[in-house]
Amino acid sequence: MTMVEPTSAQELWAAEYAGQVPADRVVRNRSGITIEPLYTPQDWSGDRFASDLGYPGQAPYTRGIYPSMYRGRTWTQRQLIGLGTPEDYNGRVRQILDLGANAISLLPCNSGFRGLDCDEVPTPLLGTCGTVINNVDHMSTALDGVPLDTISTAMNDPTPFTLLAFVLATAKRRGTPFDRITGTSNQSDYISHFVANHMFYRLSQPGSRRVLVDHVAYCRERVPGWNPVSVVGQHMQQAGATPAETMGFTLSTAIQYAEDCMARGLEPDDILPRFTFFFDVSISFFEEIAKFRAGRRIWARIAKERLGAKDPRSWRFKFHGQTSGVDLTAQQPLNNIARVTTQAMAGIFSGLQSMHTDAYDEAITCPTEESARIAIATQNILREEAHLCDVIDPLGGSYYIEQLTDQMEEEILRVMKIVEDAGGMYEAVGSGLVQGMIGRSALAAQDRIDLGEDRVIGVNCYRSEGAEGTQPPPYRPDRDAMEAHVEAFRAFKRDRSETEVRRGIDGLRNAAQNEKENVFEKVVDAAISGVTHGEIVGTLRDELGFGNPLIVA
Amino acid sequence: MGAPIRIMVTKIGLDGHDRGSRIIAAYLRDAGHEVIYTPPWQTIDGVVRLARQEDVAVIGISSLATDHLIIPDLIDELRKAELGHVAIVVGGIVPDSEHAMLHDAGVAQIFGPGSSREEIVESVTALGEAVLAAQFGTEVSA
Repeated sequence: MTMVEPTSAQELWAAEYAGQVPADRVVRNRSGITIEPLYTPQDWSGDRFASDLGYPGQAPYTRGIYPSMYRGRTWTQRQLIGLGTPEDYNGRVRQILDLGANAISLLPCNSGFRGLDCDEVPTPLLGTCGTVINNVDHMSTALDGVPLDTISTAMNDPTPFTLLAFVLATAKRRGTPFDRITGTSNQSDYISHFVANHMFYRLSQPGSRRVLVDHVAYCRERVPGWNPVSVVGQHMQQAGATPAETMGFTLSTAIQYAEDCMARGLEPDDILPRFTFFFDVSISFFEEIAKFRAGRRIWARIAKERLGAKDPRSWRFKFHGQTSGVDLTAQQPLNNIARVTTQAMAGIFSGLQSMHTDAYDEAITCPTEESARIAIATQNILREEAHLCDVIDPLGGSYYIEQLTDQMEEEILRVMKIVEDAGGMYEAVGSGLVQGMIGRSALAAQDRIDLGEDRVIGVNCYRSEGAEGTQPPPYRPDRDAMEAHVEAFRAFKRDRSETEVRRGIDGLRNAAQNEKENVFEKVVDAAISGVTHGEIVGTLRDELGFGNPLIVA
Repeated sequence: MGAPIRIMVTKIGLDGHDRGSRIIAAYLRDAGHEVIYTPPWQTIDGVVRLARQEDVAVIGISSLATDHLIIPDLIDELRKAELGHVAIVVGGIVPDSEHAMLHDAGVAQIFGPGSSREEIVESVTALGEAVLAAQFGTEVSA
């Protein structure tokens, strides 16, 4: 890069600045990068515009993956919803669609994440954090009135993807062809579950690896509008990884999945256009924007050069951003509206494709109707009132943003090198390497808050006892309705055809034992035959091994 | 500080978010206590069994996703197992409106988000020392 010589004006500024601010006041971002008080053409002169930035919709996509970005179509507004019984969920989802959301999501109950049916866990825990969906009847009720051929659904649906199976079983009942169904398997990233978010693993690491590839192959054949892979950086950042570590681990994971699929004979251009990513957007505003711009650039180069994809659709880094719950506070909860707004702006300036904004009470409870409405309104205000969508990549060319994007890229590549040297993400997780790095970063972040280096309003500064009374009451499902739901589920199990169920389970078992068969195809068959979620997961756990925590304490 | 206290840090129920419990375990260990850390999803029976085997004075339960709703059942089972002396503390996301229910059930203290390392270590140490003093009838701390 051409050196730009300091001018006398700049030297004057530096001297004046040094007279006013002590030199020992170092500012670092969450990824450990030192932030200067001022950036100039000496940091980024624009001479690498063509190679590192270029135009939107053109590799390396630093400025956005589509030529028109939000001028053409703004991001998909996709609120994460899940609560109570399927009836409760259906009521909330219809309300959200009426309010202007154009896609839906489904978050199942924690019992489902554990691979259990509702009749196997204490009733007070059911439906408090997600919807209880254990069979095709439940899914059919949950999606009543939701047209499956026009509304895309994102499912928090870890391996073996029972929720997608219940959606397909519902579609079959309704006569909707599978190839009209669109959406995403949000929790397909089993590696992130072993590393960071232990909510979702069900099968052993090798078992998960196999079922993911089967799922990718099945969706490509039968549900081509479905995104079978969503690589979830969010889990790692929530668990404490820095933004740069998060992006590095996530890209390393995506490489692992692509190479696993390619090892089974799938071509990169058959699978990569359907790869999606899912991230936290924290309140570290400029750092997040630089993280995503750098990530987009790195992925384009990996897809093209390392994975050998030739189709530009394979190079595009499509991501969903969720405003980070870790930044929200239970103290003075209404303050979270300001935090979510800031995070959402960072997401918009990052060029995300779809977004969830947290409700202000998310640090306390499952969102209430009012807090859910405000979360959606926040997106509407930013999109339609604030003129944020007028210009594509509006911060591009800022000396600071471009320098920071370069520095984040360097840090992300450093993290990826550590993973690569350990044999790739699958191995690096098996050995605990990644978990150790995340654990250390989590402790360091907590120390910065405890020492007051990182300020959290209402937590380690500006604490105000009087403001604590504004905590809204938590959402709790109606206990009687939940008990009736469990009772109806027991009746379903009594009344269904035992022969059909036996056939479904045997099919699953045989597929699991035979590498040539597709396990996910049999999951779909079992769902259609009335086999429950817990039974499907249980059968595959018998055959492919139980998912045990890989925890480094 | 006095003699080390045996403390279990655990999660019961269905939630797997363990960032908080891991940090608390590290705090208490760094403060010199003997920490028995478990992965998430312990059953009530499992916690009772481990509490007896490990002879703990304090059980810290991290709850982020409503798992605190079954803490009263755990306390009942501990009492039935003659472990009613063990002090129970809860950390994480517990809505204000559910504090009374937990205190009535016998929870000694609830730490919300934003509780400091110092506050947690001091309170848990004091609770543990009180349990040991009551159990053995002597002053344990030097």
